[in-house]
Amino acid sequence: MIRANALSKHYGSLVAVDNLSFQVQSGEVLGFLGPNGAGKTTTMRMFAGFVPPTSGSAEICGYSMEKQPTEAKRLLGYLPEGAPAYGEMTPRDFLAFIARIRGLSQLEAAERCDDVIERLNLAAVLDQSIDTLSKGFKRRVGIAQAILHDPPVLLMDEPTDGLDPNQKHEVRRLIQSMATDKIIVISTHILEEVDAVCNRAVIISQGRIVADETPAALINRSRYHNAVTLKLDSKAEFDSIGKKLQKVAGVEHIEANDKTVTVTAFPAPGASILQAISDLATSENWPLEQLKLESGRLDEVFRTITTGGNDA
Amino acid sequence: MNTIRIIAARELRGYFATPLAYVFTVIFLVLAGFLTFSVGGFYERGQADLTSFFGFHPWLYLILIPAISMRLWAEERKSGSIELLMTLPVTMVQAVLGKFLAAWAFTSVALALTFPMWITVNYLGNPDNGVIFTAYIGSLLMAGGFLAIGACISAANRNQVVAFIITIVICFVFLLIGFQPALDFFSGWVPQAVIDAIASLSFLTHFNSLSKGVLDLRDIVYFLLVIGAWLYANTIVLDMKKAD
Repeated sequence: MIRANALSKHYGSLVAVDNLSFQVQSGEVLGFLGPNGAGKTTTMRMFAGFVPPTSGSAEICGYSMEKQPTEAKRLLGYLPEGAPAYGEMTPRDFLAFIARIRGLSQLEAAERCDDVIERLNLAAVLDQSIDTLSKGFKRRVGIAQAILHDPPVLLMDEPTDGLDPNQKHEVRRLIQSMATDKIIVISTHILEEVDAVCNRAVIISQGRIVADETPAALINRSRYHNAVTLKLDSKAEFDSIGKKLQKVAGVEHIEANDKTVTVTAFPAPGASILQAISDLATSENWPLEQLKLESGRLDEVFRTITTGGNDA
Repeated sequence: MNTIRIIAARELRGYFATPLAYVFTVIFLVLAGFLTFSVGGFYERGQADLTSFFGFHPWLYLILIPAISMRLWAEERKSGSIELLMTLPVTMVQAVLGKFLAAWAFTSVALALTFPMWITVNYLGNPDNGVIFTAYIGSLLMAGGFLAIGACISAANRNQVVAFIITIVICFVFLLIGFQPALDFFSGWVPQAVIDAIASLSFLTHFNSLSKGVLDLRDIVYFLLVIGAWLYANTIVLDMKKAD
């Protein structure tokens, strides 16, 4: 278990992280979300022991990062923001260095290196200096370094930044494959990532936690949750269909967009309107191109939460 | 101890991964040879010793050591790898010592490569090899002092050029306070005791006695204390500035 106890970080008069308290259990993949400058990286750095907190403490499996930093750091795999490495080294030498400094025996080191090289597809670039690698490979070298000693706690600051869609998919699969018995915290501003790999999402804004729930629950907060969107073939009946939708039982209000020729009907809280609308559309033979039940939009929830609900 | 060795080994390999190490070594050797034979008048002196060789070491180090030390921490901070190093199970002291020892080992290799000088003087005459050995020890200790100053300054700056210049200035002061012409400027209007006290803090004073073959424990302790003090300052500076 890792725990933040009233963690705060002040830079002069600027409060980067403000009294943050939460804990993460084994098996949880926590997505740490927030707009740029919200304090994600600072929090990660305090957990990793790079930045000392102004007040409060970070605890890794019972070890305080302030009082027993070496023990705590042993249990930690950490990918810093931007995946820094020693650029003049080759990935092979770099991983060997990490293995040695992490105290792995030669046999373990060889085994673990082979394992992460295969998992992250690094075989092709092993003997090229890290400076000359593409952004995607650099990032993967950083991830390899973080998981090399098979740590029980894994902190990754924007692990998929700079990766192409295929590589992103690979890294997400990797995270999922490690998720069962580890504590994983990833910070990101890519919302689809949270949906794809996390089972818990914490949103912070201006250094404070503003939401802490499962990604599904977060999506349910969206005003689009259970809304129904219709895309029409032509503009001919656009206005009349809008008016008819308004009268369907359970529909609270509608929003029409005549550029894309779509109408979205929003349900009253708890109401289900899909059946009624699709029945109506069939019986009146509306010129439908598409009829879609919205599950909710994470980016809209994110925006609502992090801007204080004024900008929905 | 093992951790320090691992850090130092990685660091040392880093020197030789770039041309920096080779360029430095060549410049050091060429300059040392040039100064000894042309400026120092090695042949003209007609004596079988290396006084004209060691006499230039303080001034050679003044320019060349900051060139090595400037990248020690500034580079780590600039590339961000310091965040990696400081989040590995490594203490600050281990990291500081590892990096310093690597730089010191490297300079000692460069220094050892001046051995043809020793062969030359032994070929030409019968020098006192004990004096030469003591002078080498003194030179190595002085290089360590310069490096420790440079390491500390490098930790305080993200910019290598700034670190280079500040290190030169501080090292220059440490040399100057023992340089006779500079001391003469103060004599007469500053009490002699104060002048002696200041002069006793200089690298030059302690190196000169070692280079004359006087193996005085106080000189060795002085250099070790200087190294220790600046490395301690290095850990403090690093703690304050690492995440800036």
